[in-house]
Amino acid sequence: MTTLPSSTTRKLGLVIDLDTCVGCHACVISCKGWNTENYGAPLSDQDPYGADPVGTFLNRVHSFEVKPEDSPPQLIHFPKSCLHCEDAPCVTVCPTGASYKRVEDGIVLVNETDCIGCGLCAWSCPYGARELDGAEKVMKKCTLCVDRIYNENLPEEDREPACVRTCPAGARHFGDFADPDSNVSKLTAERGGMDLMPEQGTKPVNKYLPPRQKDSWEGEVDVLAPFLAPVAEEPKGFLGWLDKTLEKL
Amino acid sequence: MSVQQPKIDTSPKVSDEIRKTTCYMCACRCGINVHMKDGKVAYIEGNRDHPVNRGVLCAKGSAGIMQHNAPSRLRKPLKRVGPRGSGEFEEISWDEALDIAVGWLKPLHDTNPEKLAFFTGRDQSQSFTSFWAQNFGTCNYAAHGGFCSVNMAAGGIYTMGGAFWEFGQPDWDHTKLFMLFGVAEDHDSNPIKMGIGKIKARGAKVIGVNPVRSGYNAVADEWVAITPGTDGLFILALVHELMKAGKVDAQYLSRFTNAPVLIDKDTGLFLRDDNGKELVIDSVTGDLTPFDQKGVRPSLSATHEGHQTAMALMAEKYLDPQYAPEAVAETCGIPAEKIRKIAADLARVAFDEAIELDREWVDFRGETHQKMIGRPVAMHAMRGISAHSNGFQTCRALHILQIILGTVETPGGFRFKPPYPKPVEAHPKPHCKVTPGAPLDGPHLGFVRGPEDLMLKDDGTPARIDKAFTWENPMSSHGLMHMVISNAYAGDPYKIDTLFMYMANMSWNSSMNTRGVIEMLTDKDESGEYKIPRIIYSDAYSSEMVAYADLILPDTTYLERHDCISLLDRPICEADGAADAIRWPVVEPDRDVRGFQSVLVQLANKMALKGFTHEDGTAKWQDYADYIVNHERKPGIGPLAGFRGKDGKSVGRGEVNPGQLDSYIENGGFFLHHVPDEASYFKPWNAAYQDWAVELGLFDSPQPYLFQLYSEPMRKFQRAAEGHGERQPPEHLRDRLKTVMDPLPFWYAPFEDTHVDTDEYPIHALTQRPMAMYHSWGTQNAWLRQVHGRNPLYVSQKIWDEHGFEEDGWAEVTSVHGSITVPVMLQTTLNDHTVWTWNAIGKRKGAWALEEGAPEATKGFLLNHLIHELLPPKGDGLRWANSDPITGQAAWFDLRVKIEKAAAPLESQPGFAPIKSPVGRGPKDLTWKVGK
Repeated sequence: MTTLPSSTTRKLGLVIDLDTCVGCHACVISCKGWNTENYGAPLSDQDPYGADPVGTFLNRVHSFEVKPEDSPPQLIHFPKSCLHCEDAPCVTVCPTGASYKRVEDGIVLVNETDCIGCGLCAWSCPYGARELDGAEKVMKKCTLCVDRIYNENLPEEDREPACVRTCPAGARHFGDFADPDSNVSKLTAERGGMDLMPEQGTKPVNKYLPPRQKDSWEGEVDVLAPFLAPVAEEPKGFLGWLDKTLEKL
Repeated sequence: MSVQQPKIDTSPKVSDEIRKTTCYMCACRCGINVHMKDGKVAYIEGNRDHPVNRGVLCAKGSAGIMQHNAPSRLRKPLKRVGPRGSGEFEEISWDEALDIAVGWLKPLHDTNPEKLAFFTGRDQSQSFTSFWAQNFGTCNYAAHGGFCSVNMAAGGIYTMGGAFWEFGQPDWDHTKLFMLFGVAEDHDSNPIKMGIGKIKARGAKVIGVNPVRSGYNAVADEWVAITPGTDGLFILALVHELMKAGKVDAQYLSRFTNAPVLIDKDTGLFLRDDNGKELVIDSVTGDLTPFDQKGVRPSLSATHEGHQTAMALMAEKYLDPQYAPEAVAETCGIPAEKIRKIAADLARVAFDEAIELDREWVDFRGETHQKMIGRPVAMHAMRGISAHSNGFQTCRALHILQIILGTVETPGGFRFKPPYPKPVEAHPKPHCKVTPGAPLDGPHLGFVRGPEDLMLKDDGTPARIDKAFTWENPMSSHGLMHMVISNAYAGDPYKIDTLFMYMANMSWNSSMNTRGVIEMLTDKDESGEYKIPRIIYSDAYSSEMVAYADLILPDTTYLERHDCISLLDRPICEADGAADAIRWPVVEPDRDVRGFQSVLVQLANKMALKGFTHEDGTAKWQDYADYIVNHERKPGIGPLAGFRGKDGKSVGRGEVNPGQLDSYIENGGFFLHHVPDEASYFKPWNAAYQDWAVELGLFDSPQPYLFQLYSEPMRKFQRAAEGHGERQPPEHLRDRLKTVMDPLPFWYAPFEDTHVDTDEYPIHALTQRPMAMYHSWGTQNAWLRQVHGRNPLYVSQKIWDEHGFEEDGWAEVTSVHGSITVPVMLQTTLNDHTVWTWNAIGKRKGAWALEEGAPEATKGFLLNHLIHELLPPKGDGLRWANSDPITGQAAWFDLRVKIEKAAAPLESQPGFAPIKSPVGRGPKDLTWKVGK
């Protein structure tokens, strides 16, 4: 058992906007690129050019089809990485203390030198957010780019996770949830940001903004958007109307 | 156990150096920062200063490192030693490779230049490759536009002097309603995503018109699950509704379009004055006058001696009940009520929610406008509507819809990017006059104005091997790459000697009728010679096409080469600025490969081609970088617009600057020159913009023009078909031309629907590229193939239920041309009568350095096997192309199929024998980490 801090100074995490995510996987690959070069062991790939390529990814995008009762089916793109939970079961289950949650910012990390690759943390994570690297046999997970966000070798504007920096649609936001005035706190408040699987009691830090209401045109006629009233049925009448309109101008 | 929190280094060194160049993982051409460690490429991210991507980067861009290091990279020139298609090659030196090529090409240049067909695929250097082809003297040159999206490009340019994507963009910052047609995941990549992100952040509305709700359509607020091939009819129903309700921008139509121009009642051509100026009636004076005179207020409804305005013809056509929502609903698969709601929404946003920018501007008639009035409805479309045999008229229809709403070049609408707007008159016409030993008489491709510009020989037969600019497809501005192999094989219109291709996977996913094309490439005549005698191919990778060439000229990766993304062809401009960019070797190749464009320079020098040679016989340029800097198209105008002049400070026009590439590198790999505020909208008519464009060298004089709702070039072809003029179409095409060359857009059913029994083949079959692989070489990419390594056939709920499909099931899919057996997957977010799959995931065994058991080769498949480059025979003995009859665009999306449940085969069918890999196989493990 490894102990979680009773509280953290900051609560850094992501807001992911499901209304905006187009499912392009930019975040997935940017993450792969950065984390292959940086924190800990590279994210390896087994059989990369073969029948069953399997590599380590810290962030993946899943797609789900949803069928509302009265409107057409929808496709929701759902990026998923470690949610840096306040009650992170992956930390408390770790037998060596390799998994830990940082006191200063709440980031959940794996100290690779202490990791024995037992996989208990991956088993305990209800989100499936950890992956055992096939080459190094250590547990890999989202670091919230801890080696970017404070990195004095990067320009200040680049001190954010690689996935946020690269997201073409701007569907990913990074910030401090402990600060009610932060961008992520405000977005969460304005757009009804949600916890993923709150019933698990993990208190995830990352929040998801739900898709907005879609397909309002289905079903009943909307009285607020009436159909267009004709000015003319015949070409002559239409041309006459055009002339009058031009004269008025 | 409570442990001490480990101390970690939160400020590690990121890299030794950042080199800024231009991405080539697709056609977007984003700026990238390439982080170098120990002289190697370590990490790629977007360049924040770059006008295209502003720092963001898609999955392909970030995976560029895996493309750059791909095991499929060719290593050395190859000479075929086994039969074509075997993949058996021997490595040769560059000296030998160039000698072989020149040995084949020089005699053709000297005697029959047209016997060389030079077609470049995903080429981003067309102003250079066409210059080479022109100087070689062949008339047979084009890039891949003919099988991609020429309908969209030509439809835009003929109608409004510019087109979507490269030549224009939605006004993402101001639009309140964005309507997207026929684009689920592609063209273009990052800019659309960034734009949708901006719109979503403002809570503005997105309407997705697409049979497939994925990608961009997945986030659309409203989904219109249209039946494929009916977009034109749906659009004209919207036009009908808007006109009927008077929801058109009368002032805009009167001043900026040819709606008020009088049409000669006898000829259908414009009434013009002695100077050729179109005539209108001035509603102030009632006089007949050229449209562009100061103070003229053109009347939309006036008549003159029985001649009516174009607007009157449009009213007559589009107010007809055949375009009423009820009349089109069933064909389009969209309820009439929904069409009415969309029309009402368009009208509300365009007119009730109009926006005003406080910017004064002066129009070409000299009138000052205090404000810029915007109609904040933006539209974008691409292959989904254009890759049909009715695509050109559909694209025109879409532009008509934008224009009657007054949303083109107004705030919140659609905006051109320099060098557009540019009327047809400012474009070249095509050229085909071949002279042995000399250059062609002008550029190959262009915009025909009428029958007199067709590329026909004196005997009326096609001048070009692809039959571009003939009566079969008169306005084929991008050529017809998809017909080259088929025509060369058939010797129709003539035989060729050498086929020279670049970056075009013609023996696989870039051809219709893949197996047929493979047979054409390998078939021999009675004497035992290949029917297409010689094939030279350049590619950086071991693609399927490599095996079918006789000589391989291995290209570099995009990080090892020079390139220029030039204002002379397809630049990286934004609506607010002219911009161009370069690539430069951020690393040197570790293989014996050369940038293809430099190889072209070397070949040209060995043949002493005219444009490449000084009068004293010495070569002008040694390689592509030399050309980029020192070539001048006109005095002072070269491939790159930035950092010109002796001091490097001239913009657009200026002397050659030997340090130009260094300045580009220093500036991040690109150059950006802003459009002044007062010139930012209404560009075709805005005097400030026109002056700016002249100053920059885009034009030699101001070129204001009217939007062409009524297309006179089309009317000229139609009129010829009616029997007027000297150049007459062949009899078998006369009726078709009379119909399809309608100067006002109309809708007709896709040709395949009229050639096959739609009861027997009731299902529409489509393809698209996934965002993570659009326009890329992604399926060999170790990272990207883990995202999209399989391509099931996605099947609608209705078809799934009707046929009793089950998870992990298989289907036999049959068209009138062929049959495939493939894995199926249910997709509920799909038009009821449609199936689709990802294109180009399927791979041939042995290609791309993949294992033969790779899912791309065992479960992957191509829909191409079901599509033929010709329509089924009609019994008239003629070959009817499966293409748009106006532009020749490949009609990929006309495909009709039937589907049946099938027992699971071992692998997707048809299967193809493996080809021998000239580069071996990739490694079993990857732990990519550069530096310490």
